[in-house]
Amino acid sequence: MLHLVLFLVFGAICVAGAINLLAQSHPISSALSLVVVMASLAVEYLLLGAEFVAAVQVIVYAGAVMVLFVFVIMLLNAGAEERTKGSHVALALGVPGVLAGGLLVAWTLLKRSDTGTVALGSLHGDPKTIASFLFHEFLLPFEITSILVLIAIMGAVVLASRPDLKPPAGKES
Amino acid sequence: MLSLPVFIIASVIKIVLVIFVLLTAVAYTVWLERKVVGHIQNRWGPTRVGPFGLLQPLADGIKFLVKEDLTPPHVYKPLFIAAPMIAVICALTSIAVIPFGTALPVRGYSIPLQITDVNIGLLLILGVTSIGVYGVALAGWSSNSKYSLLGGLRASAQMVSYEICLGLSVVGVLIVSGSFSLREIVLSQGGHFWGFIPKWNIFYGGQFIAFFIYLMSAYAETNRIPFDLPEAETELVAGYHTEYSAMKFAMFFMAEYANMITVACVATLLFLGGWSGPVFGPPLLVAILPTFWFVAKILVFLFIYIWVRGTLPRFRYDQLMAFGWKFLFPLAIANLVVTALIVAYRASL
Repeated sequence: MLHLVLFLVFGAICVAGAINLLAQSHPISSALSLVVVMASLAVEYLLLGAEFVAAVQVIVYAGAVMVLFVFVIMLLNAGAEERTKGSHVALALGVPGVLAGGLLVAWTLLKRSDTGTVALGSLHGDPKTIASFLFHEFLLPFEITSILVLIAIMGAVVLASRPDLKPPAGKES
Repeated sequence: MLSLPVFIIASVIKIVLVIFVLLTAVAYTVWLERKVVGHIQNRWGPTRVGPFGLLQPLADGIKFLVKEDLTPPHVYKPLFIAAPMIAVICALTSIAVIPFGTALPVRGYSIPLQITDVNIGLLLILGVTSIGVYGVALAGWSSNSKYSLLGGLRASAQMVSYEICLGLSVVGVLIVSGSFSLREIVLSQGGHFWGFIPKWNIFYGGQFIAFFIYLMSAYAETNRIPFDLPEAETELVAGYHTEYSAMKFAMFFMAEYANMITVACVATLLFLGGWSGPVFGPPLLVAILPTFWFVAKILVFLFIYIWVRGTLPRFRYDQLMAFGWKFLFPLAIANLVVTALIVAYRASL
């Protein structure tokens, strides 16, 4: 019972953080709202029983990826967004549209009887189980994902290197 | 298993005791540092306030409390006030999973000397350390000053880079011990080999390279010399905590020393066998001696921290980043691969 209450509370915090991310005008506030979303997702994973994924979510997402987001916002000195006049039509159509779309998705998922349900705390997310899945059944996706990340790193290195960085002729660099 | 009321009372008492001891330890680590660095530099250190300057931390505490708490204009107030809080909260939270000794038998219950024994305790410490970077980065940015911004950026880039080496150096211990829970890692280092040498991870587990990688990464994580360019006085005034005064500065100070103590605790647990040491005598002594050995090993680490601070010059920033990425990171991966190969070979025999 307490687990269900905690799940709903942190789900609400997650959604509130996501809406705040969109509503804030200063990018730092948006980035910190995203940190709140990541942290509440980690708590949700913990409540479902996946403790390793929860810890890695905090270490990698909230603790490294978002730090780099905040770093870039600080480095570029991005100020608050300027407020344009805004469109009343967009607001009148958009917000009910998003709500209607969300309700449609939720109704479809709940109506189908073959989508599984998971009881809170029932997953066995200990590191040993995850490791045996990762290195036996999901080995190919794991290796392909690491190559994908390597491609992203190489792209970043190429984009960030200075174009005039050539060793002068006749000299060893 | 303890019943719920006993568990709650025991936990509250443990939390109060640990916080009190930790804050006193932070204050006296500052005293130890001033004395030891003073003696290294051939001077006395604090001697006036109390015998051997032992009441100096008390004087410092009173100074911080009564000093004027200045908030410069044009700072981004919410983050300016929140950043030291984030730093201190993360520094104090990671103590919760550190086991200080074997279980104490109290009135028929056996109370473990640890606030919580989470079975992913090591990941929790790494996670809380990662969140602590926000305290530094946001302090530097919200202070609206170029020295603070540069110091904050440098410090957060340094901390994120050395977190990777920290995590990798610890994975070697993980493979050898087979568990993330700190209590189980210590228990797997019990016993002796060749008669009298204890089975600590640094000898028997073969993790001496990982030990040095851990120590160096930890010095970089806690922003201590030789990696303290982000807060060096001659470089950036005081880096990310330039604009902070009185209690907020004291919070950063406390967070730094509490992080040092946490690092010393984790190094003891992972590499030096935690509370293992000769245990003898009446039952009261048997219950207390492991904690005594644990504290003695932590004091050795703190002394090494302070000794390195008094002796080495600091790295330039590009040397610092090159050291972390081009030397420590490949070395940590090599250590991981060799350890994994040896453990897999032994398991297949």
